Amino acid sequence: MVKNRNPVRFLGRKIVNFLSEFGEISRLLERTFSFVPRLGRDRILLFNQMAHIGSNSLPLVVIIGFFTGMVSAWQAASQFKGLISLSLLGSAVSRAIFMELGPVLTAIVIAGRVGASIAAELGTMKVTEQIDALESLGISPVRYLSTPRVIAGTLMLPILTIFANVIALIGAFVVANFFLGITEKVFFDSVKRFFDLKDVFGGLFKTFFFGGVTALIGVHVGLRTTSGAEGVGKSSVRAFVLSASMVLILDYVLWTIIF
Amino acid sequence: MIEIHNLKKSFDDNEVLRGIDITIHDGETVAIIGESGCGKSVLLKHIIGLLQPDSGTVKVDGISIADAKEDVLYALRRRIGFLFQSAALFDSMTVYENIVLGLWEAGERDEAKLRQIATEKLGLVGLGARSLLDFKPSSLSGGMKKRVGLARALAMQPQYMFYDEPTTGLDPVTSDQIDYLILSLTESFSTTSLIITHDLFTVKRIAKRVIYLNKGLVFFDGTPKELEQSTDKQVVQFIERFVK
Repeated sequence: MVKNRNPVRFLGRKIVNFLSEFGEISRLLERTFSFVPRLGRDRILLFNQMAHIGSNSLPLVVIIGFFTGMVSAWQAASQFKGLISLSLLGSAVSRAIFMELGPVLTAIVIAGRVGASIAAELGTMKVTEQIDALESLGISPVRYLSTPRVIAGTLMLPILTIFANVIALIGAFVVANFFLGITEKVFFDSVKRFFDLKDVFGGLFKTFFFGGVTALIGVHVGLRTTSGAEGVGKSSVRAFVLSASMVLILDYVLWTIIF
Repeated sequence: MIEIHNLKKSFDDNEVLRGIDITIHDGETVAIIGESGCGKSVLLKHIIGLLQPDSGTVKVDGISIADAKEDVLYALRRRIGFLFQSAALFDSMTVYENIVLGLWEAGERDEAKLRQIATEKLGLVGLGARSLLDFKPSSLSGGMKKRVGLARALAMQPQYMFYDEPTTGLDPVTSDQIDYLILSLTESFSTTSLIITHDLFTVKRIAKRVIYLNKGLVFFDGTPKELEQSTDKQVVQFIERFVK
């Protein structure tokens, strides 16, 4: 039987739920940063998360970066055809990589790999009472679980993005050189000609926010998990969807501010 | 001393606790029994502040749990040992790390001392003969997990011990072993113990006082012997499986 829903009540409930969840995330953010001064003592937790989020994600970021660079070179070449000289390809591709493709694609990859895995890990801990066990030992789950993850996410995503940018540029050069006949000198002269540090730093600046928000959403969704294994699965998907959406929304907002 | 006054808690439309009044004095060993879903675990989680009451108060040693500041609450929790129904061992850590986590977080950094404490607590729960310190929880049996959970709770030398269904899901032999272990620990350390259980055998072996929760209220409060002798239809129906 299909239930009759009052659309006003349905919409009202959705808005209240959204605001309530937004409030919870804000409170979690505030509590997460309130433990930052204790990170010196908790450095082992931080380093473990930096390794998990950073070095363990590097192979994936390298692969994604390389192919992103290659496909963006083909795309640029196809759009330049008959209109603009291919000698400018290096400049067009590198600016696109530094400002948008490197930061955003790396952030989305990390949302999939790290955001979802944080939600699954913490969700499993929640449904198996491990979070309650931490509390019962007098350990704050926010200090122990959230602060190291959010700070590691904030610090490691810019570093991963630097790798992604360099590898993507190499990928673009490979296509330009081997398939489009552009020499090394022409390609990199073009990159240098329109190179602006603001593009690079602007792109990297955004990734601090992307990394932090991805980890924060993973923690929030994980700690709200209910309903056993099914709930953990749902949390993983929800964490990815929410953090990838937030990356794109933040990207737009930050782009309008920075550039 | 634990003082619970007019404690009420609902989840959506489900009224789980409808006004609980219990006082537990220092050194008492109290079993809380009742049907599944009657609010036993919910009550226990209120006492350590894992849940907030809708109304009413819970005080431990005079500290109101709902009003306590975070640092006060965490300090209080370090005086309470909690054995979870599922043992709730941290599966990313070894047995050793599980046992000493609370001590490490409390500032103890002497590795040799921590290993000695972990070995000693494993010995107390009957796992001293086997060197399990570097095992992960996934390689332990259900009974061993409960024992390690107990060792972890004991590592903090708690003033209070809470056991949430300590024998549920275990075979009769292991259940008996866990019962006698709790009994010997309770007698050795004179802790105030609160045991949530369905198992009347556990109640008779360990508890000096038993509280029967029914429909969110305290339905019976007395000794295990008085419980057995009760003629109340509800109580009789609950315990008859064990009396037969």
